Amino acid sequence: MEKVDIGKRILRENEKYAFENIMFLAERKKLCLNMISSPGSGKTTILTRTIDELKGKLRIGVIEGDIQTDLDAERIRATEAPVVQINTEGACHLSAPQISAALKRLPVEDLDLIFIENVGNLVCPSAFELGESGKIVVLSVAEGDDKPAKYPAIFAKSKVLLINKIDLLDGGHVDFDIERAKADARRLNKAIEILPISAKTGEGMGNWYDRLEKWVKNSRL
Amino acid sequence: MHEMMVAQSLMAIISNEAAKHDAKPVVARISCGMLNSINDEALCFAFEAIAKDTLYEDLKFQIEHKPIRARCETCKVEFEIELSRPECPCGSEKFELLADAPLILEEIDFQTD
Ligand SMILES: Nc1nc2c(ncn2[C@@H]2O[C@H](COP(=O)(O)OP(=O)(O)OP(=O)(O)O)[C@@H](O)[C@H]2O)c(=O)[nH]1
Ligand SMILES: [Mg+2]
Ligand SMILES: [Zn+2]
Repeated sequence: MEKVDIGKRILRENEKYAFENIMFLAERKKLCLNMISSPGSGKTTILTRTIDELKGKLRIGVIEGDIQTDLDAERIRATEAPVVQINTEGACHLSAPQISAALKRLPVEDLDLIFIENVGNLVCPSAFELGESGKIVVLSVAEGDDKPAKYPAIFAKSKVLLINKIDLLDGGHVDFDIERAKADARRLNKAIEILPISAKTGEGMGNWYDRLEKWVKNSRL
Repeated sequence: MHEMMVAQSLMAIISNEAAKHDAKPVVARISCGMLNSINDEALCFAFEAIAKDTLYEDLKFQIEHKPIRARCETCKVEFEIELSRPECPCGSEKFELLADAPLILEEIDFQTD
């Protein structure tokens, strides 16, 4: 048996494309946010509402990752925002080469902000850098307040945590201790910004829009 | 199951190394940080699926999971953190996570007969 030292990064192909994407976005001073959550937490609903309510203020484009259908891309198209659909054909996450191709199909020069809606999955997408400016993790209250503790990787890596569907807390339909979720997330990630919202009623969405506008402004500097 | 893409990337690197060394790889040693969320069984299963009927179908993996390190803001000490119980040995919950180890193919054992 001969032992050979290799020492190679296994995901270097993905990292190479992620770096290209970083350069592509930096040269154009564009902000690109990668939205990650379990299936059904409300990513598409947050995006369509955000696009509608920021019309005239921020020009938003979307890269939609979906395992098979183009249902979400259709919902984005209805807002008239430019959208590029990626079918992962079974894969549970987007990868950097797919984003590289999608960026070339978006009218990037005419946009202020590009959202990537990743495939609904709280684990796999967090392992693949796409070249994004930041990750946004969405957790809806129906999923339980123990998720930051149980799926630490994505909470450790995200810039913003959106706690969605807070309208469900009012009727006492779900038990979700916001303070516990916040404390667990902050323990993993001191810098994470946590915004409770309802994409349905609009509650808290103003804070999210302020955050986005500030972020876009900073990315233009 | 992002292990499938990891397995495909591994296969590309391993077959390239096998060609370079003109030998059959028997064991591959991998290291990864906890935030790579690699499940050993899922990775081996994915690799078996793509390596079936090839030179690599009996290849065995040894996977080392490197703990995440953190620096405590209270006592300034660096420590290995358990994500299920994130606190410093001193009891403090104020700490900063340090960079997670990347996924690395460390070593391959080649057959030499
Ligand atoms: N009550 C309530 N329902 C919401 C809210 N946001 C989204 N929903 C509902 O949750 C369901 C899933 O929302 P989507 O926006 O499709 O979620 P998603 O994360 O894009 O789902 P996938 O793309 O399949 O992973 C839909 O029925 C939405 O109407 C909210 O703030 N409150
Ligand atoms: Mg969606
Ligand atoms: Zn300490």
